[in-house]
Amino acid sequence: MSAQTHNHARSTARVDFGHAVVQIRGRRLSVRFAVRSVVTVVVLAALAGTLALVALTLGDYPLTLEEVVLALTGQDAGMANLVVVEWRAPRALAALAFGAALGVSGAIFQSLTRNPLASPDIIGFATGSFTGALVVIVIIGGSYVQVAGGALVGGILTAAAVYALSYKRGVQGFRFIIVGIAVSAMLASLNTWLMLRAELEVAMSAAVWNAGSLNGITWAQAGAGSVAVVVLMLLAAAQSPGLRQIELGDDAAKALGVSVEPVRLGLVITGVALTAAVTAAAGPISFIALAAPQIARRLARTPGVTLAPAAAMGALLLLAADVLAQHALPSSLPVGVVTVVIGGSYLVWLLVHEARRQV
Amino acid sequence: MTPSTTTARATGASPRRGVARTNRWRLTGLILALCGLAALALLSVAVGSRPIPLSEVLDAVFNYSGQIEEHIIIAQMRMPRTLVGLAVGAALGLAGALIQALTRNPLADPGILGVSSGAAFFVALGVSVFGVGTILGYVWFAFAGALVVTLAVYLIGSAGRGSADPVRLTLAGVALGAVLSGLTTAMTLLDPTAFDQMRHWNAGVIAGRGYDILLPVLPFLCAGVLIALLVARPLNSIALGEDLAAALGTNTLWTRIAVVAAVTLLAGGATAIAGPIGFIGLMVPHIARWIVGPAQPWILGYTLVLAPALLLISDVIGRVVLRPGEVPVGIITAFVGAPVLILLIRRRRASGL
Repeated sequence: MSAQTHNHARSTARVDFGHAVVQIRGRRLSVRFAVRSVVTVVVLAALAGTLALVALTLGDYPLTLEEVVLALTGQDAGMANLVVVEWRAPRALAALAFGAALGVSGAIFQSLTRNPLASPDIIGFATGSFTGALVVIVIIGGSYVQVAGGALVGGILTAAAVYALSYKRGVQGFRFIIVGIAVSAMLASLNTWLMLRAELEVAMSAAVWNAGSLNGITWAQAGAGSVAVVVLMLLAAAQSPGLRQIELGDDAAKALGVSVEPVRLGLVITGVALTAAVTAAAGPISFIALAAPQIARRLARTPGVTLAPAAAMGALLLLAADVLAQHALPSSLPVGVVTVVIGGSYLVWLLVHEARRQV
Repeated sequence: MTPSTTTARATGASPRRGVARTNRWRLTGLILALCGLAALALLSVAVGSRPIPLSEVLDAVFNYSGQIEEHIIIAQMRMPRTLVGLAVGAALGLAGALIQALTRNPLADPGILGVSSGAAFFVALGVSVFGVGTILGYVWFAFAGALVVTLAVYLIGSAGRGSADPVRLTLAGVALGAVLSGLTTAMTLLDPTAFDQMRHWNAGVIAGRGYDILLPVLPFLCAGVLIALLVARPLNSIALGEDLAAALGTNTLWTRIAVVAAVTLLAGGATAIAGPIGFIGLMVPHIARWIVGPAQPWILGYTLVLAPALLLISDVIGRVVLRPGEVPVGIITAFVGAPVLILLIRRRRASGL
């Protein structure tokens, strides 16, 4: 039941992809979509948008949906406007943008290593950024901006070190993973030691940063972060054909005319930059990058992880986790704690579920 | 889902022969390693914020006198610490070698079955809910946590089929470990006292752990070692793959259960004594495999000697680097071990399983 829209004479040799696809052929650019993927993305995005509106109503100053819409459209300049536009909207926007960024970043790394357990963490970015942030928090005692800067420097240096150490006539997936684990283990030790040396209160604030939190996000961070994320996601989309080829294996990709190493480096840089944008604003939020591509893959029933569904799923997941983190418990927790618990429980459920199907 | 096992198998498929190719060389190497371990143990007794000459150490061992201050330091602090180091190191290394052989995944470490996250979760519960505040109190919480969580991981990993296949076991461990560590973080962030105690427990320390902590756990460790030595030969055939092993007459189900039990006893016991010490279980089996090649009994034997050696070296370094202060041994092990692992993986011949 392939709904193909081409009328070209040569295209009589139809390819059966095993699922419904739509093809749009232009003179310069042809695009092919899997119908189920498109539907998945649309549904997930609609869910995320609705949840975002609901999130804007929740809090110590409860509002109705109507009031929220009025405030957003600028027809209410009172208290509701302040609460919604100045306080709650940047946080909801940040959750959507950062979640999407983490989802895409995870999809890139899982695709590159062809390993569903891979995430940007394997390149040591999260651990390295915590080291950078800890050095600033514990030794210098810096401000928010300085901590973000320290995290960026630490994360990028670590990622570069892992890439360089695993480079030997190209970066091969397995070596990449092992070197990442080794470097992360060393930095994690360093982090533990820095935490031990710090005063209790300093150590706790560092631990909260490390869990990843959207508390106190303002328009400055949410706006800048979202712009960076959108630009980087466009870059990732542009690189996605290369990613598809590399997924076939290095040799097959080379045979198809892809120069594997530069393409891979570009993808790694994009993935790390996406994580970096999130980490600088909110700290290392774990598990979204691991779980979102896998959940999206199952919903869209694609053979491998794909970028757009992963982005939509990531946005929905992070927003949901943040709503839970803010409102479900008597005292509000860093969102990273909630994402780990949700993501891990999902994996457990998935394992049990898949096992039942196999019997 | 095809986790790292597939990648591992694809890249390190052909088991390569080790450096020591004949049993005579392997035995010689093992004896040399034992001598080295003995020397390290003496060093571990001698080095500290108050250095004691080796002659005095030997004197204290063979000719103890309660009047001499050095002898008291040795008997009450350095000796227990060294013995704890030996026991913990051997247990962690052996557990690592077993779990790598069972899952045929060179990335597996004892923590992958949820041992350390389970122990940490129960200790955090003990601290914040029951108000436990002593090392002796932590021991049983940690041990119980390791046992309960490993059992849960095994049940999830084997749900639906007759037995747990290694890939699902790994995933179940990772998933459950993540949930528990998230809950642990949540508990400690809400409770500053618990946070303070947990950050010290988390570092992995063998200083100040005396016989009162070692002795109650020791029987479990010994049971673990015994089971490990019994399954060494069946593990050799498991390395060929489950089906082939079954065809060769190995009872794969019981081997698997025995290995999981041994890993739980060994790693759970070690974590209960010292807190989570990473990397030894991951590292040392690789070095052992590099020396002897893919022969499980020899790998286990070498690991049993080399793992405590790495722990003692790390502990001695931890005492010396920041005199007069000390760095917990769990922090040093990664710094000693990780560069070796990176070198080995760059050589590419050591990771074959």
